[in-house]
Amino acid sequence: MYIDVDNHKTYIATGSKEHIDGNMGMTFIHGTAMDHTVWTLAGRHFARRGLNILAVDLPGHGRSEGDVIPSIEGMADWVVKALDASGQDKTIIVGHSMGSLVAFDVAARYPDRIKHLAMVGTSIPMPVGDLLLDSAKEDKDVAKEMVNFWSHSQAAHLGGSQVPGTWMIGKLGRLLERSGPGVIYNDLKACHDYVDGVERSKQIQAPTLFILGEDDFMTPVRNAKELVENIPQSSTVMLPNCGHAIVNEAPNEMLDALATIV
Amino acid sequence: MAKVKTFDFDTLSNHAGQRPDKETGSRAVPIYQTASYVFRDSDAGAAMFNIERGGHVYSRISNPTTAVLEERISALEGGVGAVATSSGQAAVFNAIATLVDQGGHIVSSYALYGGTHNLMEYTLPRFGITTTFVDPNDIEGFKKAIKPETRLIFGETVANPKTEVLNIPEVAKIAHDNHIPLVVDSTTTTPYLIKPFDLGADIVVHSATKFLSGHGTSMAGLIVDGGVFDWESTDKFPQMTEKYEGFHNLSFTEEFGPAAFISRVRNEAARDFGACLAPHSSFLVLNGTETLSVRMDKHISNTNKVVDYLNGHDMVEWVSHPNLKDHPNHDLAKELLPKGSTAVFSFGIKGGREIGQVFIDRLDLFSNLANIGDAKSLVIHPASTTHQRMTVEALEEAGISEGLIRLSIGIESVDDLIEDLEKGFRTASKALKK
Repeated sequence: MYIDVDNHKTYIATGSKEHIDGNMGMTFIHGTAMDHTVWTLAGRHFARRGLNILAVDLPGHGRSEGDVIPSIEGMADWVVKALDASGQDKTIIVGHSMGSLVAFDVAARYPDRIKHLAMVGTSIPMPVGDLLLDSAKEDKDVAKEMVNFWSHSQAAHLGGSQVPGTWMIGKLGRLLERSGPGVIYNDLKACHDYVDGVERSKQIQAPTLFILGEDDFMTPVRNAKELVENIPQSSTVMLPNCGHAIVNEAPNEMLDALATIV
Repeated sequence: MAKVKTFDFDTLSNHAGQRPDKETGSRAVPIYQTASYVFRDSDAGAAMFNIERGGHVYSRISNPTTAVLEERISALEGGVGAVATSSGQAAVFNAIATLVDQGGHIVSSYALYGGTHNLMEYTLPRFGITTTFVDPNDIEGFKKAIKPETRLIFGETVANPKTEVLNIPEVAKIAHDNHIPLVVDSTTTTPYLIKPFDLGADIVVHSATKFLSGHGTSMAGLIVDGGVFDWESTDKFPQMTEKYEGFHNLSFTEEFGPAAFISRVRNEAARDFGACLAPHSSFLVLNGTETLSVRMDKHISNTNKVVDYLNGHDMVEWVSHPNLKDHPNHDLAKELLPKGSTAVFSFGIKGGREIGQVFIDRLDLFSNLANIGDAKSLVIHPASTTHQRMTVEALEEAGISEGLIRLSIGIESVDDLIEDLEKGFRTASKALKK
């Protein structure tokens, strides 16, 4: 469905179910240069279980209008406005990659709005190498190819999708190719620049679930260690043979993990 | 300049789609000869039915062995996903039926396999879908044939049997200018010889019975989605962009983005039309894909020698193969198909149908049958077999004369193949002189 946020037409996938007043929200935030479609299976699942799903397209992504937002904090503020616009007072918030930083920042700075936080394929800080940033800045195709390549485990480069007949590398590649000019650089830079996270992690009050891929090349598990230790109520689900694109590689295990916090 | 190194074709053709079986360690893809799959619990069952979890429900919709094949061909083509079908003909029909409603229209190259021509010319009109056939070399003809109700352009990458090469970039541009997809049948070329998505095609169909399988053992088809076509750029495809009552108001473009088309194929065509591929057939095609490049190289090198032999033979009136400089698509083939264009081609024998039959009946290594793309060499007389339901006018339009003989060159010793053909010509020559 479409809502208005900051006078811009904004798309929110609802898992094919209409929201029900008073029901708990479950907000999903996509990663760099992606959109709501990475959450389709999970969104449909938790919608059937009665949650009000808000799988957002951030501004300038997917179907949402507006300019991209250059910082994680700015994206977090926007998410809160989207919650307001859709009448969602309190929500479980789930983010993947860049989206996990946004979800984290919402949980840190707007603790009253968050019942539970889930961070999928994450680390704080989330530095991005110069080669990738420079390629993204020039909007070269190779930047999207690098993101696609490093997002998948070695095993996933040969396939084995849980969704029958889907070639995961092709699917994520096409999704990244759809992103508009400057989007991938904006998002990667926002991740790179989000350096206050470890300090801010002490503000997290919500129980926090980490879903991590053992073979994550983009946000290696070791880089999430300090973050996990800083958050008092945290738990971790470690997925073997899984890379950074957990939404693509292990949607079933991600669903099962998320079900533990709903 | 940074470059991302992904797995090469020969690695994907052997491995893509499969992870060795966790329980048994089976290196070969296991044949899951089962109709259905036990749900973990009731909620998981409900989740599977509602597209919330990946996995298999019922083998008409998906099967673990077949899913490996679908993923492998999608990987080789560079698509987002694929759906396997019980035959190539079912792949063509399911692709069309997913995109074209009653009252819809197709623009197709007239250089087609006879079964596809029959479907479009005689069968689809029964369901209110009509086709305008155009000369594949007349690029403007594609443009002129498009009507408001046209929903796709169709063509074969290299046509069977006259070897017309579809100018995919040019035809794709016409399709996209009109907000419709280009669907190509790449049966004769396979992803080894051409990558239609890289050239602008949107959907690829295969008869995997042919070169993909490679051994004439199985009927199989595949539909592959390139994932690039923008279904939302037009109101021509409500089945993709609007809520589908047949699946709880699911909108395929909203929920599946780049995989909208192939998701609709699986959740409508596979489900409702039922032309699913048997798991054992999937296994056999998978075995074929493992040697695809090796076989195609041999098919092509043998073909090159046979074409040269035929081209200089005094019993041969003409040879239609893009290798030859007088072929109208000689330069286009070199550009689009640098590894070689096709091992399926035709020639005209002196003396027409009667002498042609004498020639075919004398051959020993070439088998006279209705198939192409076997490791073994094949021969047929299309006017009396595969294309017999076409009218004289349609045959003429497609360039299929009474004396046309189609060859599918196998991977035997090329010297033995040429000797076999020579025997046939000697006998045919004697018959001609009588």
